[in-house]
Amino acid sequence: MALWALVREPIEAARILAHVGDAADGATLLFLGVVRDHADGRAVTRIRYEAYEEMAGSVLAAIVEEACRLLGTDRIAVVHRVGDLSVGEVSVAVAVSSPHRSEAYEASRYVIEQIKQRLPVWKKERFAEGGEAWVEGTEPQPDPDTRTRA
Amino acid sequence: MPLAVRTLFFAAYRDLAGSSSLDLELPEGATVGDLVASLRARGGALAQLPPRPAVALNRSYARLEDALRTGDEVALIPPVAGG
Repeated sequence: MALWALVREPIEAARILAHVGDAADGATLLFLGVVRDHADGRAVTRIRYEAYEEMAGSVLAAIVEEACRLLGTDRIAVVHRVGDLSVGEVSVAVAVSSPHRSEAYEASRYVIEQIKQRLPVWKKERFAEGGEAWVEGTEPQPDPDTRTRA
Repeated sequence: MPLAVRTLFFAAYRDLAGSSSLDLELPEGATVGDLVASLRARGGALAQLPPRPAVALNRSYARLEDALRTGDEVALIPPVAGG
């Protein structure tokens, strides 16, 4: 059963991992996105993540549904955190499992790349030297089936 | 009859707007793009909004050509940076 969520509390990787896996699966993958201590040569101390939460849930659900088709199973768990994170904290966790590794790698990569392309989430870095700035993002690539309202 | 819509601003666009939401009235037949143009025409920092930002209509990605209806929730979506 696929799982997706936006959360405020710290992400426990073991719990995300425990959500996937099956006797039929020979491959389990866990991807963690982690707050790093630098950006463009500047020391970073914290990142604040913000989401358009009412929309992000359905975008995440669509990404997971698409990834399930690549994976061939519904054993995917994706959790994205919002709020104020310090260096080393997990901002996103993607766990997948499938009978063979090829599909697992493909689906895991798909989820994180799509998150970066279309999930309505933004982040603001705080620098060690003082000051803060919104991270320059990616112009969102909406779902291919975005329809024009009649 | 004018249309009443709510516009949401996030991240850098909220900084430009100085607020996270704004209730607006637009002439009948107005599109999402007309809404963006009217925001830019208000001057001040909002004039720095891009002419063709990504937009969501009622919580789904939409197009600037989409027609508005009263009660719509329009969000201006800055370049995204999840992950």
